[in-house]
Amino acid sequence: MSVARPLPHDAAREHVSGKARYIDDIPTPSNTLHLAFGLSTIAKGTISQMDLSDVLAAKGVVAVLTAKDLPFANDVSPSAHDEPMLATDEVHYVGQPVFMVIATSHTHARHAARLAKVTYSETTPILTIEEALAANSRFEDGPRIYTSGDPQTALISAPNRLQGSVDLGGQEHFYLEGQAALALPQEDAEMVIHSSTQHPTEIQHKVAEALGVAMHEVRVEVRRMGGGFGGKESQGNALACACAIAARLTGRPCKMRYDRDDDMIITGKRHDFRITYDVAFDDTGRISAVDFIHYARCGWAQDLSLPVADRAMLHADNGYHIPHMRIESHRLKTNTQSATAFRGFGGPQGVFGIEYVLDHVARATGLDPLIVRQRNFYHDSTPATATQSTHYGQKVDDFCLNALTDKLLASADYSTRRAEISQWNATSPILKRGIAYSPVKFGISFTLTHLNQAGALVHVYQDGSIRMNHGGTEMGQGLFQKTAQVAASRFGVPVSQVKITATDTAKVPNTSATAASSGSDLNGMAVQAACDTIRSNMSGFLATHFGTAKDQIGFENGQVLIGHDNTMSFQDAAKLCYENRISLSSTGFYKTPDIEWDRIKGQGRPFYYFAYGAAITEVVIDTLTGEYKILRADLLHDAGNSLNPALDIGQVQGAYVQGSGWLTSEELVWDDAGRLRTHAPSTYKIPATADRPKVFNTALFENENQQATIYRSKAVGEPPFMLGISTFLAISDAIANAGVGVPMLTAPATPENVLLALTQG
Amino acid sequence: MMISFLLNGETIRVDTPSATQSLLDFLRDQRHLTGTKEGCNEGDCGACTVIVIDADSVKALNACILFLPQLNGKAVRTVEGVGTGAGLHPIQTAMIDHHASQCGFCTPGFVTSLVAADINKDRDFDTVLAGNLCRCTGYAPIIKAAQTAAQSDTMPEWLATDRQALAAWASDEVALAQPRSIEELATHLEKHPHTQLIAGATDVGLWVTKQMRDLGEVVFLNNVAGMSGITETQTHMRIGAMTTIEDCRLFASHRFPSLEALLRRYASTQIRMAATLGGNIANGSPIGDSPPALIALDAQLELRRGSTTRVIDLKDFFIDYGKQDLHPSEFVTAIFLPKSAPNLRCYKISKRMDQDISAVCGCFNLTIEDGNISNARIAFGGMAGIPTRAHNVEAALMNKPFTIETFKNLRGHWEQDFTPLSDMRASAEYRLRVAENLGLRYVHDLEGTQTQVHEAQVSEVLL
Repeated sequence: MSVARPLPHDAAREHVSGKARYIDDIPTPSNTLHLAFGLSTIAKGTISQMDLSDVLAAKGVVAVLTAKDLPFANDVSPSAHDEPMLATDEVHYVGQPVFMVIATSHTHARHAARLAKVTYSETTPILTIEEALAANSRFEDGPRIYTSGDPQTALISAPNRLQGSVDLGGQEHFYLEGQAALALPQEDAEMVIHSSTQHPTEIQHKVAEALGVAMHEVRVEVRRMGGGFGGKESQGNALACACAIAARLTGRPCKMRYDRDDDMIITGKRHDFRITYDVAFDDTGRISAVDFIHYARCGWAQDLSLPVADRAMLHADNGYHIPHMRIESHRLKTNTQSATAFRGFGGPQGVFGIEYVLDHVARATGLDPLIVRQRNFYHDSTPATATQSTHYGQKVDDFCLNALTDKLLASADYSTRRAEISQWNATSPILKRGIAYSPVKFGISFTLTHLNQAGALVHVYQDGSIRMNHGGTEMGQGLFQKTAQVAASRFGVPVSQVKITATDTAKVPNTSATAASSGSDLNGMAVQAACDTIRSNMSGFLATHFGTAKDQIGFENGQVLIGHDNTMSFQDAAKLCYENRISLSSTGFYKTPDIEWDRIKGQGRPFYYFAYGAAITEVVIDTLTGEYKILRADLLHDAGNSLNPALDIGQVQGAYVQGSGWLTSEELVWDDAGRLRTHAPSTYKIPATADRPKVFNTALFENENQQATIYRSKAVGEPPFMLGISTFLAISDAIANAGVGVPMLTAPATPENVLLALTQG
Repeated sequence: MMISFLLNGETIRVDTPSATQSLLDFLRDQRHLTGTKEGCNEGDCGACTVIVIDADSVKALNACILFLPQLNGKAVRTVEGVGTGAGLHPIQTAMIDHHASQCGFCTPGFVTSLVAADINKDRDFDTVLAGNLCRCTGYAPIIKAAQTAAQSDTMPEWLATDRQALAAWASDEVALAQPRSIEELATHLEKHPHTQLIAGATDVGLWVTKQMRDLGEVVFLNNVAGMSGITETQTHMRIGAMTTIEDCRLFASHRFPSLEALLRRYASTQIRMAATLGGNIANGSPIGDSPPALIALDAQLELRRGSTTRVIDLKDFFIDYGKQDLHPSEFVTAIFLPKSAPNLRCYKISKRMDQDISAVCGCFNLTIEDGNISNARIAFGGMAGIPTRAHNVEAALMNKPFTIETFKNLRGHWEQDFTPLSDMRASAEYRLRVAENLGLRYVHDLEGTQTQVHEAQVSEVLL
């Protein structure tokens, strides 16, 4: 069976030979036009005058459009209708598109966009958390608050109590392929869009609104993205709409791709947070209560900030059973890029908060941070233990972190190494090593319950070849290969017999974004349902035809087994079915069962299940400069019954390095005028080759999903991102080992912040 | 300007309308070779890496900041042209086998970097790949693939055929609008003093791709004879201005190991193979990595204007931010270094270890006699508008014992020497604190104490 085999990515051969096509690689007609946005140069104010004559006169320029030239909707927001594609009168951040140039080449469009003379009437921007709080600049009326138990009483009556605060930076996605879209006008009102998007249906929806047509006039196709990470869930809307409008206006194909600097200046990033805490605990490190305040800087438009901030609240417990919890979440509106989805979708910020608290408690009690973590875990789920619930009332009935941690501690040789590091540090005056463990428990499902649905379309041709389509998109995670493995397994054929095809809104409608780690859970099940309908059609016919029972028909090893002694190739079976007028095509549909969630009350079962993992990271720091290096990482992650262990290990390792980058070298810097100063790889530093751990042990934890997911696998896209938190904690441990009692390290832990924490000790 | 080069074995003759058309745009827009990707258009991500071959060298270069005239008379291999016939290069096969691609967008650049390294038998993959960013894999499977493929020892057939084809080109067939001698260049610049000189284009390239500047009259230096290479004079080492940073690094590995370590972290392999030492000096950047080291070495600069040559101390070349001691029509021809400097130590501090720009770059070169400091040359980048010496600190160190105590007592002197800025790389406070601390590192370092994180290894007990 194809499922569970470590097959390579379906497009690996195309990747390495340069043949894999991304948006800008699609051959286009010679009359294709190219677009660029002109951007606001101030953070807040109104446009008093816009002189675009030089732009229009520039070489290669065909047209220049402003908000008033747009024929229909001027909105590219995912839901709140608060995000004009082109600024109307007001501008809300440095980098907001205020006009668009249509030109004969990408370079001409970019060049012309710089020639505008725009004058503004500037007002004071709201940039920081303090400024937003002072101005009560926020989304929703006030903070969301979730409470469980009686945290106030628990805090007052606890033997020990601590307060603290930590700043946690945002993160640029830095997908290697920047945002891009191509619009190809068809006859009548139809428009075909190629977009680098995780959410083809939303692109379809927004383009239809922008063109003033029904959704059936717009077809969106996505073969692959050169990385997404959440940054292509909503941020591609503007490009697709701009291309569609320009294509309708000119009757010519129109393409737009952001130059890297434009991409980083225009698009949203991970939300940065400030987290304050008040924690009650006993002398053994057992926590009885935590009161958190989350301040999320959401930027100028709502985008996906509410569910992001919700998910941060839902992950404020991580793997720990804390009887009394209160979380107050402020979603602050600032004159900066509109923060958006990014792998983990707020979860990492929530998890970081409680992990920071646990370290503080460990330092205060003098206990090994690992021990404090273990003491606060939920129980592993066994029939003998009473089920515990989260602070939002969901039963934690699949917990496995106790067993998973024991296994990891053994394979990583944690206690021996901790002792050895201590000895080594005693002999090293300048360099200090540190080691840390961190776990993750991550809830799987969209918290907006209706998004937990998916569709598929599968055809079996008369030669036995199979063509598969579903609503999920491929951004490198290997979703297409996993779903092809599902289809191949259902029909008992090799995966090479299954043709993988581009996501297409004309084949599968009303799709959800490929997000929330849900891709294979949802689309795998939809593909299975489609395949099983066809299989049932074939089985029913073959049983009648050969005079046996339907349940006596089996599909394996490229053969169809008919009763006890009859077999035929799948190809022959398909041909026979066709000739007997049996339908060999089917849609498939899936919706996640058993979930319900009230986000206002903060109660319910938002998640179908949890995915788990843990990491141990060792680092060395330089106490003179704050520089550091990861020496070793050991990761153990729960992917359920993995659909493809090679792809899953790839997700785990990649997520760990990305998560480590978030908390170390990736620093977003805005200046006092609200200008992003880190808008290119020259100034924004994602991990490079040498930043990976030299010793990098990664394994999957065998743990069949208790829920009936596709082949009892688990989602793996986001959860391992949080394993990177162990890197931050290891740096903090090294700072403590340098003699600092309670390191007050802020994130990202740049060398400067590390040196600051060393100095404060 | 008529340009001829080989592209994946095919002869290309192109009359480029603009001297600053990038190879990347040419490949993608005119040849429809879309395997070479644009990731950043500034030479920082490596997605556009191609292989450039001539008689002497095989280089991985960033096509986004490589102007077509720089390719004149050379052979280019893109990802589409590295295989063997219909088959894949062993690197490509190993990348598939080891799951080394996820989204695949960076992958062609990794393939070309690794193929070039394979030809050059360079197996230090962390260094080879410092200029290739991947956001998906976490790099580990790419390194595994590289290690696996490195075990095969075969050269691709196209390397020999490309070189044969280049050799067969009559020299006059390669039409050159580029000066071929220092005299020719000097004469040209006297007639056209406003000409923009282009050496490796790793900085000037960004003026075009990012600032969208029209450079006006340009002259390419890559064919000027006698401008590159390292020679030994009676008293000094002479480094031609057009010597690449990579060649400087290889030279330094024998004579100045700490400078070699610094240059290993100078941008990336792709940039070092294009960028030149003369370019890094002449552009006057306050954060270039070579000037502090060269000033600490007491380097001298040879300048040429018309038929006049003058030699100045490098430290005097940098006058103020954006202002150098360089006359119109004058250009840098060579750099002179002493033959040895056993106490030279170069320390680069940046947010990321590899391929980052210095927040602070501190270079120390002290002479110690009988335990006392008898001569001190300390130069920093990132601390002022120009690379500059720490004169107060140097003076305060003179004739003092070479001890931690001496350096701990320098507070106040550093502040007199430097009033650095705060920017996106670091705050002024951090820069000053680190400058002070690098003095302490220097003493520890010369005493043999481990002071740099990249020297630390996971102890063997643990493996």
